[in-house]
Amino acid sequence: MRTLLRPALALLALFSLGTGLLYPLLLTAVIGLMFPDQARGSLLTAGGRVVGSRLVGQPFEGPGYFHGRPSATSPYPYNAASSSGSNLGPSSAALLEAVKARVAALRAEHPEMGATPIPIDLVTTSGSGLDPHLSPAAAAYQIRRVARVRGRSVEQLRALVAQHTEGRLLGLWGEPRVNVLTLNLALDQLDGPRS
Amino acid sequence: MSFHAFAQVMAVFALLVALAIPLGSYMNQVYLEEPATRRGWLGSFEGGLYRVAGVDPGEDMPWQRYAAAVLWFNLAGVLAVYGLQRVQGLLPLNPAGLGAVAPELAFNTAVSFATNTNWQAYGGETTLSHLTQMVALTTQNFASAATGMAVLVALLRGFTRREAAGIGNFWVDLTRSTLYVLVPLSVLVALLLASQGVVQTLAGSSAASMVSGLRVEGKEVTEQLIALGPAASQVAIKQLGTNGGGFFNVNSAHPLENPTPLSNLLQLLSIVLIPAALCFTFGERVGDRRQGWAVLAAMGAVLVPLALLEVTLEQAGNPALAGLGVDMTASELAPGGNMEGKELRFGVTGSALWAVLTTAASNGSVNAMHDSFTPLGGMIPMGLMQLGEIILGGVGSGLYGMLVYAILAVFLAGLMVGRTPEYLGKKIEAHEMKMASLVILLPSAAVLLGTAVASVTPAGTAPLGNPGAHGFSEILYAFSSAANNNGSAFGGLTASGVFYTVALGGCMLVGRYWVILPVLAIAGSLARKKKIPEGAGTLPTHTPLFVLLLVGTICLVGALTFLPALALGPIVEHLQLSAR
Repeated sequence: MRTLLRPALALLALFSLGTGLLYPLLLTAVIGLMFPDQARGSLLTAGGRVVGSRLVGQPFEGPGYFHGRPSATSPYPYNAASSSGSNLGPSSAALLEAVKARVAALRAEHPEMGATPIPIDLVTTSGSGLDPHLSPAAAAYQIRRVARVRGRSVEQLRALVAQHTEGRLLGLWGEPRVNVLTLNLALDQLDGPRS
Repeated sequence: MSFHAFAQVMAVFALLVALAIPLGSYMNQVYLEEPATRRGWLGSFEGGLYRVAGVDPGEDMPWQRYAAAVLWFNLAGVLAVYGLQRVQGLLPLNPAGLGAVAPELAFNTAVSFATNTNWQAYGGETTLSHLTQMVALTTQNFASAATGMAVLVALLRGFTRREAAGIGNFWVDLTRSTLYVLVPLSVLVALLLASQGVVQTLAGSSAASMVSGLRVEGKEVTEQLIALGPAASQVAIKQLGTNGGGFFNVNSAHPLENPTPLSNLLQLLSIVLIPAALCFTFGERVGDRRQGWAVLAAMGAVLVPLALLEVTLEQAGNPALAGLGVDMTASELAPGGNMEGKELRFGVTGSALWAVLTTAASNGSVNAMHDSFTPLGGMIPMGLMQLGEIILGGVGSGLYGMLVYAILAVFLAGLMVGRTPEYLGKKIEAHEMKMASLVILLPSAAVLLGTAVASVTPAGTAPLGNPGAHGFSEILYAFSSAANNNGSAFGGLTASGVFYTVALGGCMLVGRYWVILPVLAIAGSLARKKKIPEGAGTLPTHTPLFVLLLVGTICLVGALTFLPALALGPIVEHLQLSAR
């Protein structure tokens, strides 16, 4: 037995040193040099201040902004210190009520859209609660409202949304998507922050 | 299903096979019995490790000694992970100032990572310090994966050796798996992921002034605290080693753990790469590549149709939400379908394909919340785990589980024609069949008994996140995941209480070691046997007929064992939803 115990403990110690410490620490150093921006969270700055991460969504409630997807993080939406999905099952009454309420709120906010069906991603929470993206359809649903509040033309906003839309990888993987945070930042750059 | 979704899924499988063939050949070279000195500077380093650890690399272990080495090494790992969690508050690299983890949660996590399950009853960014994530968890991600690969190599020696007493040297197999396969691949994948935006820093978080403030219960929230950490290094090995334990609470759904469609594709391929490649290693090792292809074909025959079905089910959307004035059609402008709990950059297809691959391989990382999948869309991942994690399965563990099923299949064929069954030139006799039965029965028993107990006790039903049939599915999913060492979850179940941490911890131990021990016993007994020449009565095991027989055996055993339980959960829920 002793002939097994020593290798077991010694190899575990060597694994801990090599794969537990050296591997992550050396990679931290190398990645910090090769991809300094990505390593620290792909942060965005405006006016010398960090205003968020290009990859992490933020809550937008004001009528002058494009709204992202609902978020299930607590105690407030888009809490990037504690990621979480809703974990509501498909037959859950809570899910049904939440979606109904979101549909009603969106309808009230977008009188110009009438009874146009609302893209599903705009009324369902994301897996992380931090989804930075909307589908192009969900952004398009909000264009006329933002144009009205900001006093801009619909065409101008369509062009802006298109600038912040990414396509699929090689036309195959992933989904076409609009980055809500960079889009709203661009809006603010155009004509100042709104409530 | 849209043509686009179909092309996306099939392209992933094509890429997988193209990458797995060369890696499989390479791994066969890695495990050849030659002294480390013939392997250049890395070989000298390997030899140095043996000297420091007091290992005699020339020792050939009988199966009992090999098994004892596995158990001692794993026990030491469990104790180390447990201990580190309990004292993390006193140690450095703890930027968030997190305290000791509760004993039962620490036990659950220690067992979870040592058994290659990576069930996470804790939330990463709110429970564990960077030091614990690195030294305790990342170490076990490598060690548990290497353990699985070592046990597989030992089983393969059982088939190739003739009248031999030993099945190899665990320390050598363990070290080589890590040094030549897991570490180099992980470094490569970590760098690629970092280029996409997966974070890798020792900082705890970064504060951002939000573009638009928020009023929450009368208080103004203007700052977003973005949790960071050394994620890329852990994510690479969590996928390659079929571990699955995420850095952040929501695992690979988190945008800083899986930021782009490319990072998603890289992680998807990493999940299944080594399990698929080992099929080719197996073929080369037993001197007949067609044997490897046959096993991979059997896995593909189950996997590919289920992946396509899963995408179809999720793309159809949640019938409960139809008629509310929402648009669930997939198009070039919107993913449509059942988007609750899914990330937009992956859409329905990328999330559904992931759910199938992560549960086919015993990985268990998620990029969408399985709890919010449609009832049948949630049943397929559950079923893949219940088959015993043999469709690709864990690194090493998937293929040794599959080979046990191959033994069962030749036995059934032998019964039908009244001949002594043989596989790869070895007679399959009573001892092998007894061990094979244990491999199949014990994890299944743990799933069903655990689910039964949890369903009728308040301690089991109180932590449920959803009522009714879906609540039962949450329990069944949890036990299926733990006892088959997957680690994914229906996240609505709060699994951090005493009942679930202890019960699921026990299931993880059964699912891992009560499979490894009989597999090593089979390896030992096969190695001692003579090689018998192929005769006219030998059932060829590389033909479509055998593939069909193997798939049939797997599906029959799986269906007989689990259909009644599935009928009470996802199937009932599906009927309730579609009747509305």
